[in-house]
Amino acid sequence: MTADLAVIGKALTAACAETREGAATDSIERLVPAFVAAPGSTDEAAAVMRAAAEHELAVVARGAGGRLGWGAPPSRCDLLIDLSRMSSVVEHSAGDLVARVQAGARMGDVAAALGRDGQELALDVPDEATIGGVVASGLAGARRLRYGTPRDLLIGITIVRADGIVARSGGKVVKNVAGYDLGKLLAGSAGTLALITEATFRLHPLPAARVYVTAEYVSARIACDAVAAAANSPLVASAVELSRPEPGGPIRIGVLLEGSEEGVAARAMRMAGLLGPAETSLEPPPWWRGAPDAEGGTLIRVSCWVSALPTALDAVDAAARDAGLFASISGPAGAGVLYLRIDPDVTAETTAGFVRALRSALSGERGGVVVLAASAAVRDALAGYGGMAGAVPSLALMRAVKDQFDPGDRMAPGRFPDVM
Amino acid sequence: MAESTASVASIASAGEAAAAGAAPAAGVAGARAAGLAPAMRAICGAGNVLTDPLELRTYECDGLTSHRATPALVVLPSTAEEVAAVVRACAAAGVIFVARGSGTGLSGGAVPHAEGVLIVMSRMRRVLEIDAVARRAVVEPGVTNLSVTEAVRPFGLFYAPDPSSQVVCSVGGNVAENSGGAHCLKHGFTVNHVLGLEIVTPAGELTWLGDGTGVGFGYDLLGAFTGSEGTLGIVTKIIVKLTPAPEAVHLVLAAYDSLEAGGRAVTDIIAAGIVPAAIEMMDALSIEAAEAAVHCGYPDGAAAVLLVELDGPAAEVEAELATVCSICEAAGAREIREADDPVQRAGIWAGRKSAFAAVGRLSPAYIVQDGVVPRTALGDVLARISALSAESGIRVANVFHAGDGNLHPLVLYNDAVPGETEAAEAVSGAILDTCIEYGGSITGEHGVGLDKSRYMPKMFTAADLDTMQLVRCAFDPASLCNPGKVFPTPRLCGEVPGHRRGPRPAAAPGMEVF
Repeated sequence: MTADLAVIGKALTAACAETREGAATDSIERLVPAFVAAPGSTDEAAAVMRAAAEHELAVVARGAGGRLGWGAPPSRCDLLIDLSRMSSVVEHSAGDLVARVQAGARMGDVAAALGRDGQELALDVPDEATIGGVVASGLAGARRLRYGTPRDLLIGITIVRADGIVARSGGKVVKNVAGYDLGKLLAGSAGTLALITEATFRLHPLPAARVYVTAEYVSARIACDAVAAAANSPLVASAVELSRPEPGGPIRIGVLLEGSEEGVAARAMRMAGLLGPAETSLEPPPWWRGAPDAEGGTLIRVSCWVSALPTALDAVDAAARDAGLFASISGPAGAGVLYLRIDPDVTAETTAGFVRALRSALSGERGGVVVLAASAAVRDALAGYGGMAGAVPSLALMRAVKDQFDPGDRMAPGRFPDVM
Repeated sequence: MAESTASVASIASAGEAAAAGAAPAAGVAGARAAGLAPAMRAICGAGNVLTDPLELRTYECDGLTSHRATPALVVLPSTAEEVAAVVRACAAAGVIFVARGSGTGLSGGAVPHAEGVLIVMSRMRRVLEIDAVARRAVVEPGVTNLSVTEAVRPFGLFYAPDPSSQVVCSVGGNVAENSGGAHCLKHGFTVNHVLGLEIVTPAGELTWLGDGTGVGFGYDLLGAFTGSEGTLGIVTKIIVKLTPAPEAVHLVLAAYDSLEAGGRAVTDIIAAGIVPAAIEMMDALSIEAAEAAVHCGYPDGAAAVLLVELDGPAAEVEAELATVCSICEAAGAREIREADDPVQRAGIWAGRKSAFAAVGRLSPAYIVQDGVVPRTALGDVLARISALSAESGIRVANVFHAGDGNLHPLVLYNDAVPGETEAAEAVSGAILDTCIEYGGSITGEHGVGLDKSRYMPKMFTAADLDTMQLVRCAFDPASLCNPGKVFPTPRLCGEVPGHRRGPRPAAAPGMEVF
């Protein structure tokens, strides 16, 4: 910050009347923002961002706040931009299967609006999460196997740059290759490049019917074969989930099929045949998960090629055994993703040692071991062990991108510690 | 390093090349590029460096022949390391370079630079790895699109993006253009099927973007790179996602007395919650051309032919087929045909796939346009195109991916008639203006390239274009990598004044360094 708080407060209030001083309830870990501004439009957000640039404020965007605790916390936060006033579905063109939505809109509200026309934004994320938060965190759930992640569904984006300039890329047609796709860059950027104010998505028709086919396996190898068989089947699974909640316990596999009433019934029978003894149900099994959640513990994402799933599961077990801890496993295994959750009462050193051992065991495979959410103690313990992300290729290019978009390092500074 | 020494020496030798008449480009920069020949021979082998003016001219354009330039030098590297060395030599000498795949692009994206080196990727055409369990393949950029599908077919898999030129176009070119194809309506574009790229950066460094898992940390550079039209670097390896081959594929042909009736069927199919693999439409003029060229046997005298392809599990396709047929009939189809065996389907598709070339029979010259409108605006926009055609006397044949609103109007003209070329270009441009007016795009799959950069300011603001070019500046601050494409005016990539760097958080205690 370059001026005293009164001057800055005046400038921010002039840009956006809904500006107040930050309170303890606004804190990100222990960092309390000096100001909170809640712009009601992209133009107002741009005015706020220009004022922030003028006074060199560190800026963090907040949607529902559900994943503000993910990753490394910002090192500074002078201004929190609260997007809750930008919560509308601006345009839903059902005939075109597209919708333009403000960043602060809640996924549950968006789903309700789209559902009236029998359509959906096919991301399995919490109802309370916001569009901007989902895009910025790249969050996706079980159905990523079929529909991909936010970057795959995003067809247009409006951002406010660190210097307050408004820019758009893409548009409102699904097929469009004009210009660079800034949406791809912003998806998963965790607020470190620019402020997202609007996003346009391609939609899918809501399926008429859904069936879940589930099976349990004692052998990890056979469970992995089942995952591959389900994901590779022309029966077209929307999701292939794996869950092993207990150490050494059975592995559950769940396959989601979506389509017409008669179609899914016939496919479910055949899918059950592929999985061995299996059950079918119209409701998800109780262990079925949407998006991953840290639940106060350490949340780790392991990604690999599906052919390496047995290796990954073995490596998790070996590292857990050596560390003397237990990691519950769940996730969209058919898409090559597993989430590990470690209880918060496991010591930071033990958790970090587990992560290091797991990375080392999987270093020969394509994929990675990323700690998505962890306590400050675990993050500190990881510092000497490759940090939260481990080895990141093309870091120099990422730094160059960050430098171009945010030369003052004011957008969620410290969120990607070594990128800037 | 050897390359930079060689490049210094070669600048001196440029004079000789010019004296021998081998430097096709006038000017110092062209001579500097041509002068890199000895360095390039050292990297790629003498047989893989072309300097003969006749040979160079072979590469003067891509699939869009209206833009031409003869490169100063052509190199054909065989490995990623050679590509990196070639780019390092160019970067060291400040010479422009352009990558080229099969040269089938339709926007002039691979048109060489007269003062630059053209890097032709066609020597690198191996399928390096197939992992059927993971549904992944690793391929080199010069490999053709269709040969990926052929290589993985024995495993019951296919590579989904299928541009019409898939027999010859390269996967590296597909990555540059983010190619679509008729089936992207359901299956998505190249960017949804490429999960890892080994690239040579414009500075000549080899690096990976993405590891084939579809999950990464930090910025999605893979996504930003795909579709950047060769302006951010050169692809040397590609990890593609493979898709299980559909159990059933069913093609429906419906003939209509008007484009409007066909359009109604499209709207109703989408409203019924069906996403076909492809929905294509052709108008009377393009049907006539296709019929003359390949005798595809489309219904006589139809004003519009609609092709709807359904794929997926047999049980779903059967249910959808019944719905689609009844919708097509209700919309007033005068004839409906169905085909489920591959030979019959290929016969019907032949008419559609031959349309561009077939139009050559109707007209001495034509422009293939590529614009997009929201599907719901198709009817209005087709009426506008029809009016434009009537006003100008320039005939327009319409072939389009109706499912996603991607129009390919073929603007027919006779270049021997004075003024007709200009009139055709005016109609072609007015069609793009109409697409923008309806909230669409100036290109759905052919790319901006050299051809459409002048339309970019109509679709995007100066701030939008400036922001996109921040990415360009991050990858290629010297602007040596395929410059002059996509953007109408380059951005200077210097230091941004008035900004201060904050303290490096990585230096703070307890912070990770990765």
